[in-house]
Amino acid sequence: MSTYQEFIQQNEDRDGVRFSWNLWPSSRLEATRLVVPVSCLFTPLKERPDLPPVQYEPVLCSRANCKAVLNPLCQVDFRAKIWACNFCFQRNPFPPSYAGISEVNQPAELMPQFSTIEYIVQRGPTAPLIFLYVVDTCLEEEDLQALKESLQMSLSLLPPNALVGLITFGRMVQVHELSCEGIAKSYVFRGTKDLTSKQIQEMLGLTKPGATAQQGRQPVPQEAAASCKFLQPVHRVDMNLTDLLGELQRDPWPVTQGKRPLRSTGVALSVAVGLLEGTYPNTGARVMLFIGGPPTQGPGMVVGDELKTPIRSWHDIQKDNARHLKKATKYYEAMANRSAVNGHCIDIYACALDQTGLLEMKCLSNLTGGHIVMGDSFNTSLFKQTFQRVFSKDYNGDFRMAFGGVMEVKTSRELKVCGAIGPCVSLNSKGPCVSENEMGVGGTSQWKMCNLNPSSTLGMFFEIVNQHNAPVPQGGRGVIQFITQYQHSNTQRRIRVSTIARNWADAQSQIQHIESSFDQEAAAVLMARLGVFRAESEEGPDVLRWLDRQLIRLCQKFGQFNKEDPTSFRLSESLSLYPQFMFHLRRSPFLQVFNNSPDESSYYRHHFVRQDLTQSLIMIQPILYSYSFHGPPEPVLLDSSSILPDRILLMDTFFQLVIFHGETIAQWRKAGYQEMAEYENFKQLLQAPLDDAQEILQTRFPMPRYIDTEHGGSQARFLLSKVNPSQTHNNLYTWGQETGAPILTDDVSLQVFMDHLKKLAVSSSA
Amino acid sequence: MNVNQHTPMASPYGQPQPGYGQPGYAPLDGGYPAPYAPYNGPTSAYQPGAPPQGYSPFTSFPSKAVAANPVSDLSSPLDLGPVRGPPVSGAPPVSAPQQYNQYSHSQGEMQNGPPPMTQAPPRPAVSQSYNPAGMNMTGPPHPSYPQHYGPPPTMQQVTNQMTGMQINSGPPTPAGPGYAPPNSSQPPVSTAYTAAPPTSYAQGPPPASSAPTQPPPPSGPAAPQQYYGGPSPPSQQPFNSSLPPTSQQQFTPAPPPSQQTFPPSSYSGPMPPASQAPAPPVSQPQQSFPPPAQPTFSAPPASQPPAFAPGPPLQNQGSFPPRGPPPSSQPGSFPPPGPPPTSLSSGPYPGQMPPQQHPPPSQPSPYHSGPPPPGVQMPPTSMAQSNHLPPGPPGPPGPMQQPPPQPGMPGGFPPQQNGAFGQVRGPQPGYAGPYPGQPNYGAPAPAPAPAAPAQKRLDPDAIPSPQASDMPAVQKSRHRIDPDAIPSPIQVIEDDRAKSTEPFTTGVRGQAPPLVTTNFQVKDQGNASPRFIRCTAYNIPCTADMAKQSQVPLAAVIKPLATLPPDEIPPYLVDHGESGPIRCNRCKAYMCPYMQFIEGGRRFQCGFCSCVTEVPPHYFQHLDHTGKRMDCYDRPELSLGSYEFLATVDYCKNNKLPQPPAFIFLIDVSYNAVKSGMVNIVCEELKTLLDYLPRENPEMDSVVRVGFVTYNKVMHFYNVKSSLAQPQMLVVSDVSDMFVPLLDGFLVNVNESRQVIESLLDQIPEMFADTRETETVFGPVIQAGLEALKAADCAGKLFVFHTSLPIAEAPGKLKNREDKKLIGTDKEKSLFQPQVGFYNTLAKECVAQGCCVDLFLFPNGYVDVATLGVVPVSTGGSVYKYTYFQAQSDRERFLNDLRRDVQKLVGFDAVMRVRTSTGVRATDFFGSFFMSNTTDVELAGLDCDKAITVELKHDDKLSEETGALMQCAVLYTSCSGQRRLRVHNMAVNCCSQLADLYRNCETDTIINFFSKYAFRGILNSPTKAVRDTLINQCAQILACYRKNCASPSSAGQLILPECMKLLPVYLNCVLKGDVLLPGADVSLDDRAYLRQLISCMDVSESHVFFYPRLLPLTKLESDSLPVAVRDSEERLSKGGVYLLETGLHLFLWVGASVQQELLLNIFGTPSFSQIDPSMTSLPVLDNPFSQRLREIIDSFRAERSRYMKLMVVKQEDKTELIFRHFLVEDKSASGGASYVDFLCHMHKEIRQLLS
Repeated sequence: MSTYQEFIQQNEDRDGVRFSWNLWPSSRLEATRLVVPVSCLFTPLKERPDLPPVQYEPVLCSRANCKAVLNPLCQVDFRAKIWACNFCFQRNPFPPSYAGISEVNQPAELMPQFSTIEYIVQRGPTAPLIFLYVVDTCLEEEDLQALKESLQMSLSLLPPNALVGLITFGRMVQVHELSCEGIAKSYVFRGTKDLTSKQIQEMLGLTKPGATAQQGRQPVPQEAAASCKFLQPVHRVDMNLTDLLGELQRDPWPVTQGKRPLRSTGVALSVAVGLLEGTYPNTGARVMLFIGGPPTQGPGMVVGDELKTPIRSWHDIQKDNARHLKKATKYYEAMANRSAVNGHCIDIYACALDQTGLLEMKCLSNLTGGHIVMGDSFNTSLFKQTFQRVFSKDYNGDFRMAFGGVMEVKTSRELKVCGAIGPCVSLNSKGPCVSENEMGVGGTSQWKMCNLNPSSTLGMFFEIVNQHNAPVPQGGRGVIQFITQYQHSNTQRRIRVSTIARNWADAQSQIQHIESSFDQEAAAVLMARLGVFRAESEEGPDVLRWLDRQLIRLCQKFGQFNKEDPTSFRLSESLSLYPQFMFHLRRSPFLQVFNNSPDESSYYRHHFVRQDLTQSLIMIQPILYSYSFHGPPEPVLLDSSSILPDRILLMDTFFQLVIFHGETIAQWRKAGYQEMAEYENFKQLLQAPLDDAQEILQTRFPMPRYIDTEHGGSQARFLLSKVNPSQTHNNLYTWGQETGAPILTDDVSLQVFMDHLKKLAVSSSA
Repeated sequence: MNVNQHTPMASPYGQPQPGYGQPGYAPLDGGYPAPYAPYNGPTSAYQPGAPPQGYSPFTSFPSKAVAANPVSDLSSPLDLGPVRGPPVSGAPPVSAPQQYNQYSHSQGEMQNGPPPMTQAPPRPAVSQSYNPAGMNMTGPPHPSYPQHYGPPPTMQQVTNQMTGMQINSGPPTPAGPGYAPPNSSQPPVSTAYTAAPPTSYAQGPPPASSAPTQPPPPSGPAAPQQYYGGPSPPSQQPFNSSLPPTSQQQFTPAPPPSQQTFPPSSYSGPMPPASQAPAPPVSQPQQSFPPPAQPTFSAPPASQPPAFAPGPPLQNQGSFPPRGPPPSSQPGSFPPPGPPPTSLSSGPYPGQMPPQQHPPPSQPSPYHSGPPPPGVQMPPTSMAQSNHLPPGPPGPPGPMQQPPPQPGMPGGFPPQQNGAFGQVRGPQPGYAGPYPGQPNYGAPAPAPAPAAPAQKRLDPDAIPSPQASDMPAVQKSRHRIDPDAIPSPIQVIEDDRAKSTEPFTTGVRGQAPPLVTTNFQVKDQGNASPRFIRCTAYNIPCTADMAKQSQVPLAAVIKPLATLPPDEIPPYLVDHGESGPIRCNRCKAYMCPYMQFIEGGRRFQCGFCSCVTEVPPHYFQHLDHTGKRMDCYDRPELSLGSYEFLATVDYCKNNKLPQPPAFIFLIDVSYNAVKSGMVNIVCEELKTLLDYLPRENPEMDSVVRVGFVTYNKVMHFYNVKSSLAQPQMLVVSDVSDMFVPLLDGFLVNVNESRQVIESLLDQIPEMFADTRETETVFGPVIQAGLEALKAADCAGKLFVFHTSLPIAEAPGKLKNREDKKLIGTDKEKSLFQPQVGFYNTLAKECVAQGCCVDLFLFPNGYVDVATLGVVPVSTGGSVYKYTYFQAQSDRERFLNDLRRDVQKLVGFDAVMRVRTSTGVRATDFFGSFFMSNTTDVELAGLDCDKAITVELKHDDKLSEETGALMQCAVLYTSCSGQRRLRVHNMAVNCCSQLADLYRNCETDTIINFFSKYAFRGILNSPTKAVRDTLINQCAQILACYRKNCASPSSAGQLILPECMKLLPVYLNCVLKGDVLLPGADVSLDDRAYLRQLISCMDVSESHVFFYPRLLPLTKLESDSLPVAVRDSEERLSKGGVYLLETGLHLFLWVGASVQQELLLNIFGTPSFSQIDPSMTSLPVLDNPFSQRLREIIDSFRAERSRYMKLMVVKQEDKTELIFRHFLVEDKSASGGASYVDFLCHMHKEIRQLLS
């Protein structure tokens, strides 16, 4: 199946898409029997250095409810200068500018290698990017100082014409006016009062009474925006703002013993959203929220200010004992939706040792495409570098961020789209290709992604609607077109179009082909996304049961076995890794909340549903490298048996980078052999994983937690909790092997898992 | 004095009566001697030494006795001879009531007789207008009568008195006591108008005789004036009456006869008085006049000589003019003629009464109209005039002769019109009637004889009038100003001034202090200084019935933090240690001189509730042989009336010692505020003003912290933390739910943050220079300040500088509801009520936090002061209003107000509680404060200018021995953040005789109470109803006096208690003020503003507010102020320059034909036309006159809590209208009655009540 692997790789490189099935069953019934739905991971803005955008606009199908974009799969009549839409079969004349078209003079969008193409749209005004800092001042002095420095530093990273604004909050919320000379002015809002957007705008003086009535709607925001005192071009207020940030003081309101500081995060966000809503609706804007603790008052409060009442845990939530949870979640959801409608994204940078309420606030980022960064302190490199990386630039020197993305999906008639899972919101655009069967965010053919970056990946789920008795024409192909419009970070509006086709296959006669077209990595991630999506709304065990069920069904469908004979069970190569992924997924923090706070779970899930396939797989099944004198660094099994005394292990879980020194290595290191010239090789051995880790650290966003530990170290738990517990205190002696380290857990090991799986798969009653 | 104090306290109780009677007196003697002495002196001067003394019961017992008698008579008249005795004694000074009584009974009459002789003269002089009314024989009350007779001036007075005596004597014999009481009663206060008539009758006959006698008096006359001075000084007018007594004494010998004879003369006197300005009002006088012509006059005259005398005097003396008016007025109002007729008929009395009423209308102008009755009147008027001018001499004779009969008629009648005939007739009838009728009437005819006694008493009353008469005399001689027949405030003020030469010591219970207009020093010897507490009465009725009968309000005006003059020692601070001040266990009264130590000093008995409390060991002290603690004089709380305790933490909110207070300046920066220049001025001024924040120790920096806020539709707070390079502005737009956006850096120490603050104050005007925002909020402004104080957990004061009606959308938003159509309707009251309830709630919150709000308004239109003022008024703050503020002309006034307001000492978070002896209770409070229960007056802020009026009511009987005690304790946080208790103690006497009450009242305080009472009343009742209530209550007060304390005399006679002889004129001022009777040009805001302003005025402020001070400036002496003139246009000379001061306004009126030299001296220009009427300060010229004038103006300004902008008014200029508004004795443009008219009206009311 190397061909398929190559094919898959090629498709991913070109279109940023990975389908679970690369041959599609031709009927609905068969499709459902495949267990894993026809679906894909789609990375809309996959970096394509080799793909220069074209400087014109796409040609659209003229049918009103189609509007598909001209693509290489279209039938073109070069003489008649007509092309046929491959979705609705509408015949469309080329626009006048295509008069010179011929078989030898084809526009890019007709060339097969341009199945993905990017257009630059010239129309419409370009709006500057907007960065609105929302800063919590209830921080420790050190943290605040570090944060202030980071913020000041960030000013130099912003595009000079970007607009910048500052809101600080503690007990009160202050919106700082940036255009003033002399006295520093700020507008203050009470942290306990839920204000409507209109009230906020009025209070900020953004609406002129009567103006709304007299003039049309359109002019008002424009006018207000022009005179907005709170958002100013960076190059104009650079100095001012630097000083202002420098003078920021900790929230002056006294915090008595046994209390949490009063933190009005909810209102601060509401003001930020209201401000942008009133001034720059539908313009790319980024609200960057920096918090050092949970919201403790006003709307959106997550926990009271009494320290004696701890912030909710999963335990509390399960017992329905989290007082503020529902209300706060609802509040932030409403705000996230408002923000999404206006195309503004919200980042959350939460740095605190305790929880900060990410569980409640996660939707702010999840729905708007913003980042969530969780750290222990603003005074850590984790935060500092991650924050810096937000402003990283690509090969063209452009920011790796795009705003106001709208992705539309078009399918050929045999397909319908069921939904998407990822950092997006539905635009509720009904169309002929929308399935009634929802998976993820469905019921629409358009999704909005307020913020996109090159790695933002959506899981798209489709449904085959072709009936069993209506065979697909021989050689026919199913086609899916993704049309993504967005504002590039250089403020250009662009449209990227990817048109993807796959062959149909008759599931009865060509099941082998279909099986071999299975992309188990993509399927694992897609199923995981479904599972995580469900986990957001369902109880953990239910989701696990569902996942197990799917896995068993898949094994039953594609496994080769004799009934009731587990030992006879075999899986083809294309599915061989899939159960293992599922095993690790079951243990992952995405589905298991044990040992994780609600905030951590939210944080992990947030990243899981937006990263591309590679990163997602790392999250599901961390990578473990081994460094030893026995040979070059090699990936080893994520298994307790890999933990050996003479090895250094490097584990990448995406969120953590763990360097684990085996017992012997650790002793050597402690003895200081690496300092001795004659043990230069040992020094190099020690250095190798560090260098590799550094490489990962450099590129990963958000920056992972970097852990350097050794055998018996307390931090070794990060490693021990991830590896397959093939050796535990329960079976240590029965295995009696010298290698490996026992894991003190009652969790089942992969072996046991597989045994059960086989048993169930072959069972006729299952 | 000490003794006194003690006596009341300790020993007194032990042997209350004895102590009192004896010790008390003794002390009195001791004490009085000083204060009274002067009086006596003067009096003596006038009168033969003896009389004075006699009069002033206080001084000499023997003679006093006599005098006392008169007094006692006065009082006693009310009740019984015997009874009277006590009261009288109570009276006053000497307190040797008994003696007095005795005298009074027997001698009193006698004395009365004599007094007339001597007094007669004075009275004539004094013979104030009242007397006219005095016509009623009660002569005493109306010395004026005597005066009339006065022509035989002194003689007349004397005669009047004599007559009075006669009458009294008459009665005495018959029903001695009975009559006496009435007469005497009247006398006491007697400026009663009514008295005259009757007396006149009685006197009528006597007059002639009196005339002869009068001659002697002449010499006396001069004395009489002094006399008056003397009498009045006693503080109690009764004494004045006593003066008459003295004269009486002299006469006594001859008494009966002579008196009678005099009476006649007095009669004439009375008549005149009536004729005089006052008379008119009294109108009664006129009637009385008629009587005067008849016997009535005679009698009354004596007693009332002064008042009534005027009438006569007029004829004889200058008084005539006044009379003239009255008469005429009478005519006008009454079908004057008619009255006379009525008067003619004896039944007439009643009839006469009406006539008198008529007279009121008459008044001066009426006078003229009176002429109509012309034939006769004309003459009279002429007579009067002649009298005035050539005074007595010619007139007198004439009057004397004819007056009594015709002249009198003319004089009195004339003025009144028919007077002559009518009078004649009237009198006669009256006589007849009177006698039959009762004392009053009786006075007229039969009265003479019976009345005599009464008259004597009257005399006392009359005496007062004598003073008046003196006045006239003086005036006549000096200024040639028309003598007045009605009581003159100026005269009363001057008299009081003259007799108050010695420090006022507070050791004696129930002693009335000098008037507020008098400069005097106070020595605290156990009772609070009158600067802290003034009472309406210093001898209060023992029972509720009495109190109700008299209708005299029992109230105290308390100014707890009053500023004392430099020569008086501020209250000492007492520290009782950690356990806090020592208090009675039951009623919680604080340790004070009224606590009596018993059991060798181990316990003390509370003077308020009699509960016995253990003395804490650390406070124990042995007693001396008198039962006093040995350390009595070492401890302020045992020997002084006012002192302070250091409060312990138990007395603090939340049991936490208070934080230093804070001042927050909230400045309106809307378009109007910026444009008017206000913002600029405030910011500029604050830069320097902040160095003068209040502090107790001038050496130290003030601990008061400051904060700044500006606002229009939104609020701007400023962070002025010292560590900042630039202030930071925090805008709060959420005005619907106010909060304070910052904590640290909002309230700062001025010195630490000086640079930031100055930078801020520099930038504020710039920042808002181009503002176009016109809408403002107001409720949130106060909320902001309140929240800031809450956040800082301290008390403080907000200074709000505000320009316009808060119409912006916010809590407390207001609508323009000024609707002139509502004025005069039942809905008018709603205009004084706050428009929304929001501010009441807010005020409550403010008070709870100790947040006092001072509001500076700069309106260009209606701003609804009634609503905006709610919070300031409820929090002990002030409202300042600068309508149409212009930087140029109003800057000085505003800045001075602001400076004073910021600098003045102020206490915060205060709670005041008034504790009283069992038997009375503080029931009602008026002022700027808030009450959440019925006893605690809560003041968020209490500054040195705020007074609280407390009304007391009986809930049980009081005892004459123990008197009534009052302790006002104010718990407050000083401006240095110290928690303190200021305690003021006050003891007053109790009486079972109404006469005693009437003899110990303070009209200024009563007016203060009435005005506050009325101004609160208009919140709930139609203005007219409030006015009527006021008139009615005053009428009842006076009627009660007349009925119970004045000698029986013609009902037509107006008899006023000496202490209350100014009640009508002042009351009229209240009634015709802008609040109760607005002119067309008075805005609703102005009325609401004044209403609130007055609610916290003390007595001296309210006095000058209602009766402005008008000084002629023709001659200025370096060491004294010129004698004021009455607030009437008639008093203004075209060639003069006058300074008028109301406490709020200052006018310089320049007559059209003023001398060039004067103009040069004042304005530096020789031409009247070149005077710039827009100037607000006088040019600084290097001449003594200019210097002195500016000194005077400065001193006036320094005296008042608010800066008075000087307004130069040129005669006949349009601005004169404004000026005239303050000539309160004249008819006002808005329909307010003139003094004379009003007096007549009052008389009518009184008569209706009596019948």
